[in-house]
Amino acid sequence: MKIKAPKDFWAGLMFIGFGIAFALIALNYQMGTSVRMGPAYFPTVLGGILAAIGLAMLIESLLVEGPKVARFYFKPVLFLTGALVLFGLLLKPLGLVIALAVLVGLGAFGGLDFRWKEVVVLIVVLAIFSVLVFVKGLGLPIPVWPGD
Amino acid sequence: MDLFANLALGFGVALSPLNLLYCFMGVLLGTLIGVLPGIGPVATIAMLLPVTFTLPPVSALIMLAGIYYGAQYGGSTTAILVNLPGESSSVITALDGYQLARKGRAGPALGMAAIGSFFAGCVSTVIIALFAPPLAEVALKFGPTEYFSLMVLGLVAAVVLAHGSLIKAIGMVILGLLFGLVGTDVNSGVARYSFGISELSDGIGFVTVAMGMFGIAEIIANLEHKESRDVFVAKIENLMPTWTDIKRCIPAILRGTVLGSALGILPGGGALLASFAAYTLEKKMGDTSMFGKGEIRGVAAPESANNAGAQTSFIPLLTLGIPSNPVMALMIGAMMIQGIAPGPQVMNERPQLFWGMIASMWVGNLMLVILNLPLIGMWVSLLKVPYRMLYPAILVFCAIGVYSVNNTSFDIYLMCIFAVFGIVCVKLECEPAPLILGFILGPMMEENLRRAMLLSRGDPTVFFTKPISLVLLLIALALLIIVLSPAIKRKREEAFQEA
Repeated sequence: MKIKAPKDFWAGLMFIGFGIAFALIALNYQMGTSVRMGPAYFPTVLGGILAAIGLAMLIESLLVEGPKVARFYFKPVLFLTGALVLFGLLLKPLGLVIALAVLVGLGAFGGLDFRWKEVVVLIVVLAIFSVLVFVKGLGLPIPVWPGD
Repeated sequence: MDLFANLALGFGVALSPLNLLYCFMGVLLGTLIGVLPGIGPVATIAMLLPVTFTLPPVSALIMLAGIYYGAQYGGSTTAILVNLPGESSSVITALDGYQLARKGRAGPALGMAAIGSFFAGCVSTVIIALFAPPLAEVALKFGPTEYFSLMVLGLVAAVVLAHGSLIKAIGMVILGLLFGLVGTDVNSGVARYSFGISELSDGIGFVTVAMGMFGIAEIIANLEHKESRDVFVAKIENLMPTWTDIKRCIPAILRGTVLGSALGILPGGGALLASFAAYTLEKKMGDTSMFGKGEIRGVAAPESANNAGAQTSFIPLLTLGIPSNPVMALMIGAMMIQGIAPGPQVMNERPQLFWGMIASMWVGNLMLVILNLPLIGMWVSLLKVPYRMLYPAILVFCAIGVYSVNNTSFDIYLMCIFAVFGIVCVKLECEPAPLILGFILGPMMEENLRRAMLLSRGDPTVFFTKPISLVLLLIALALLIIVLSPAIKRKREEAFQEA
């Protein structure tokens, strides 16, 4: 079997995966009856429909020619999500200023054009702005320095 | 007249100093965001939602609405000056607007866009005031059966009007509905799909989903290619279009306004569709020789239409509690956070909120015209800020914004998961917009389905035997059939191709 439409093939597979997963996990909940629907009823039905749609796409992708999947660029995905996760981890213990510096620094590094002088200025400006606007101005309960 | 009494009440609310301030902040921020390419209104509104939590509900909604239609104004500035759409709804404006700018007529193009938008804004405000109350009256008679069918229709229409593959859009809607079900089930108290994680038992926040799939995923997609921005730097001297321009554009503005207002009301409609349709229509009218080479009508019509559409898309939100596009889905989220159940009862129970918001739209449009034309110089200089300086700031605001919804880092991690999922969807050409609509409607749909089935004692034919419900479902079916018919299918593909 040759995949003729990779984009639709993978999208179909994704829908089948999600559909089956939602329906399978719903087995842990009560189905109920059509009069008194339990928590499993709606997600099971939807999961079934989703899997069916995915299957239809999968079959079509084997028969009809279609576009290729666009190239996946790992660098920005890794650096940006990595920077955000670190921000989340560092915020409570070390405070906003340090977490923000890590987020901006690492986030900027994920781009195509890294200029460290600009990044330093950006960190300073954004840190001052965020502390003034979000913490002082809007009173969001975010620690600013380590141990706050 | 009720209408005048209502509008008077609305203006009383909208013109209070505090609300004027928030309206001003909204349109200013909206324009700013609209001018900057690479960040859309969905991400912006999601980012700024936490800021509005502490405001009174009316002020919060006035500000968020201001961001939305402000972004339409700002988007056109970028489209005309840089040939890059600041917002997706101004893609079309760039076609003729940039050509005009290259001929040294950027000023009149910007002026005409502003005049057209303002006119459309005035008309659509009146349309909302006229049509929303009777529609809400009808909707008040809806039971769960009718509501369920209405939501089916809404989702079908959203799918039909989405870009690209129909079947993928349907899949995304259903996936959205499923994601919306995560969390504690109101009827049984069972925490569904929470995997024992306490944060998930409260459900996935829509801010998290929207910021991940629209905000962060957009940034990641933008970082894949080097930016090329060619700002049109020549001095803009005269913003006033000539008398000939105005005479040529009056019919275009009228057509754009009518078409935009009508398309904005449709589920799945709103500013984007309106501007596309208006441009296509305009190209079929009168002298077409200049289109694509700097036809000012090609700026006036879509700009009027996108502003009209942006505003009338509030009608289904305010009267039925059903979002017609992702921005409206966020507005529903904002209302729910403020403790307002969106739906037809809002108009009667909170007339100040309802009419105040409508009046503020007119006020906001006036502010945009008065403020933005003189500020064009400032927006142009903003355009020169390179994206590499811009996106780290967006990252910071997204991170702080999503954290502050529940004061937990868990939402940041969840946002990252949705960002990666969003990128995968982009690569597979699955549109995120239908997913967001499904996500917001998921719990409401399940609840109405349950109630309808309980009332009918488990008889599913009730959806076809109740007349209103039947009509709604038949419309949904008709829409699907029309789109699937080969002739229309081709036309639809052509229409989106022109983007």
